[in-house]
Amino acid sequence: MLILVLALTACTDDPEPAGVGESGTTEPDANACRPEELPEPIDPAAVADADLDGTTVTLATHDSFAVSDGLFDSFTEETGIEVELVTAGDAGAMVSQAILTAGDPVADVMFGIDTTFLCRGTEAGLFVPYAPEALADVPDEYRIATDDLATPIDVGDVCLNYSKTAFPDPADAPRSLDDLTDPAFADAFVTENPETSSPGLAFLLATIAEYGAEGWEDWWADLRENGVEVVSGWEEAFEGSFGAGSGDRSIVTSYASSPAVDVLYSDPPRDESVIGVVADACFRQVELAGVLRGTDEPEAAARLVDFLLSPTFQEDIPLNMFVDPVNPAAELPEEYTAYTTPIDEPLTLTPAEIEAGRDGWTERWTEIVLR
Amino acid sequence: MAVRRRLLWVAVALVPLAFLAVFFAYPVATILERGLSEGSALDVIRRRSTGRLVAFTVAQAAGSAVLSLVVGLPAAWAVARVDLPGRRLVRALLVVPFVLPTLVVGAALQATFGRFGVDGTSGFHLERTVTAILLAHMVLNVAVVVRVVGSHWALLDPRAEEAARVLGASRLRVLREVTLPRLAPAVWSAAGIVFLFCFTSFGVILTVGGPGRPTLETEIWRQATQRTDVPTATALALLQMVVVVALVAAVGGAERRAAAGAIVRRPVPPRRLTTARQRLGVALALAPAAVLVLVPLGVLVERSLAVGGGHGLGHFRALGEETGTGLSVAPLAAVGTSLTYAVAATLIAVVVGGLASVVIAHAGRVSGRGLDVLLMVPLGTSAVTLGFGLLVALDSPPLDLRSSRAIVPIAQALVGLPFVVRSLVPALRAIDPRTREAASVLGAGPWRARWEVDVPLVARTVLVGAAFAFAVSLGEFGATSFLARPDAPTVPTAMFRLLGQPGAALRGQAMALGVVLAALTVAAVLVIERLRPKDALGW
Repeated sequence: MLILVLALTACTDDPEPAGVGESGTTEPDANACRPEELPEPIDPAAVADADLDGTTVTLATHDSFAVSDGLFDSFTEETGIEVELVTAGDAGAMVSQAILTAGDPVADVMFGIDTTFLCRGTEAGLFVPYAPEALADVPDEYRIATDDLATPIDVGDVCLNYSKTAFPDPADAPRSLDDLTDPAFADAFVTENPETSSPGLAFLLATIAEYGAEGWEDWWADLRENGVEVVSGWEEAFEGSFGAGSGDRSIVTSYASSPAVDVLYSDPPRDESVIGVVADACFRQVELAGVLRGTDEPEAAARLVDFLLSPTFQEDIPLNMFVDPVNPAAELPEEYTAYTTPIDEPLTLTPAEIEAGRDGWTERWTEIVLR
Repeated sequence: MAVRRRLLWVAVALVPLAFLAVFFAYPVATILERGLSEGSALDVIRRRSTGRLVAFTVAQAAGSAVLSLVVGLPAAWAVARVDLPGRRLVRALLVVPFVLPTLVVGAALQATFGRFGVDGTSGFHLERTVTAILLAHMVLNVAVVVRVVGSHWALLDPRAEEAARVLGASRLRVLREVTLPRLAPAVWSAAGIVFLFCFTSFGVILTVGGPGRPTLETEIWRQATQRTDVPTATALALLQMVVVVALVAAVGGAERRAAAGAIVRRPVPPRRLTTARQRLGVALALAPAAVLVLVPLGVLVERSLAVGGGHGLGHFRALGEETGTGLSVAPLAAVGTSLTYAVAATLIAVVVGGLASVVIAHAGRVSGRGLDVLLMVPLGTSAVTLGFGLLVALDSPPLDLRSSRAIVPIAQALVGLPFVVRSLVPALRAIDPRTREAASVLGAGPWRARWEVDVPLVARTVLVGAAFAFAVSLGEFGATSFLARPDAPTVPTAMFRLLGQPGAALRGQAMALGVVLAALTVAAVLVIERLRPKDALGW
């Protein structure tokens, strides 16, 4: 039987990855990321008027979701709506699962679909358009969802981190992506596999945004020459090879907020981080929330989205999920701002560009870096 | 009478069948149907890369199973046959790696590699190699061999060996020609479980094996969750199930053939050690398995106690605090959640698995074999297939369980079931039918005879299975991560979460949580084993 299976397989060559080499050179068309049929938007006025006392909404999130204990209580007191939480693994698993149940969703609202998965989700018809009033205050650069199919909630940057122990003099520390291929930084860098890790993918996208469709492949070939180490996930990279600042590798792909988390959860407590951030090598990711198509409670679901964008929730974000809120009205806690470097010029790609290129890019990346 | 008996068998068989149909076959069929309707499975299956994927997946699982046997069999002998001080504790400790999240085992191996200079600094490196995968799998699975084979070994009548020795056979010859053939059913049984566990291993492959060494399981996960390529994931999942069914059927056949000559008589109590040579022999037999299990455990304990620059209990105290952990609840709350789920899952696994075992061991050949294979398949099915299947299929009343808490223990019980069955079936098959006949002669009806004879004889093996089911539920991560609630994490999902951010304090708390989990496992296994009836045969 097994022999039969093995005989059946291994008969044909793998198909060529689609679009390799041309991805990024063509502009995605205007209808990219739109579902086949756009549902009727939820009317904010109807949401404001609806009596929703006694309803329950379910919020689907990824496994990195965290809020202060009891945060949703104030929402329940104000609106009479109970909130239940369900998770479905990481962001990718959550979106895939929602696509499988599109139109008959497990939850009413999804939180945590990000720049890299957004287009896939909206195209598959996951969401109903809804524009909360507070959306008008959110900077345009974060409003990346087509037709208001999802609402931006927070924004974070995947950045190069370096060990201040390894580079005590800031002048010696890496300052850009270019530095990584410099022999001075040979065998110093560890990053994550973009096929299995979200920061790993963000970093690959950063290099594509920086060097373009023509240049990124050569840059990665140089990086490989220079002794890059690739691991499967963030934990193996940051805690393993980078050793949280004291490991064999002195540069790692992590987050702009890593120094803040490092200080906040330091042991023994200290007030200076051992981790530095390379501000010129960051990829920006927006996380969004959307009302899931097929919900029985569209108004209550919309109310929950309002709450996610309200100062109460927005101000809770930094110290729980270590990303920035998108609502400018939200005040950032001092413990957070003291250790975070503001990233003024992040590298970006649009959700449509990412969706069009990603599968081809990651396959090409595997050939260049792992084979 | 015959009709009534047959009806009773059907009734007994219906419970496990219905359970599997509703919570496994239907969800998995739903998701497979979904994927197959969207693309051609054959295209994926016929790719050359798929062939390499299957070959590597099977090879690493088979290698891990063989190595686990090599290390586990001597230890199984020592634990079963020798009157060691603290035998109970040793047996309980052996189950611990099962509940340790892969991240911990991976970190422990990494630390050990570093200490012994095989991390590449001396030119010879183990990190991110196939050898490292095999080592990690041995750590996780040596317990299966020791316990499944050990519980059987304790029941073997040693007089056959003694007779062979008296007749002049060498020790090696006795082992090869008398002992091993009688142990064969349990050996096959253990090997089958270890194989399936390694076949669907996920964390070890990614963490310890590193990138560029995919297996069917990691590819199914990547295609389904990272690329949302459901047709490809489905084709691979289908392939995975075909291989699993083929292998389970083959192992089952070997086990049944072996069982024919392995009838148990009256076991004798374990032997006391008298000479230094005997002690050395036992120590040598136990050492490899003990090192494999104790080293990661030691690393875990050491890291949980590393506070600041020194050592202390700070991380354990922090487990009770609700804030400052990044979790929505105090980490200790995860322990309560995990225990509740694990108790429920164990009860389900014991009831469903117990009934299934009786059917497999005694019912008609074809139906028994079919059920046997069916029960093993969930263990060889990827967590993604099962998790997505449950969510997609159970969407309408009366089975709208998608957002119900009950779905977690049900999924965990599916993974625990094979352990109950694998422990029970060899024991049930090995019961000498003459004992039952004797009971009938003395006036007991067929069911009464079964109850009075079978139950005391196999009670301990039930508990071995229950202990495993419990440990597996406590440590289950794959399916649970799809189904558990973020505000009610289990210990493995909480540990994963704590380890997913920078900060030495969080890392320390994760390790402390791991120690609590390990301690609970040991305690639970000790309690489970105390529950056994007084007249059951003891190791």
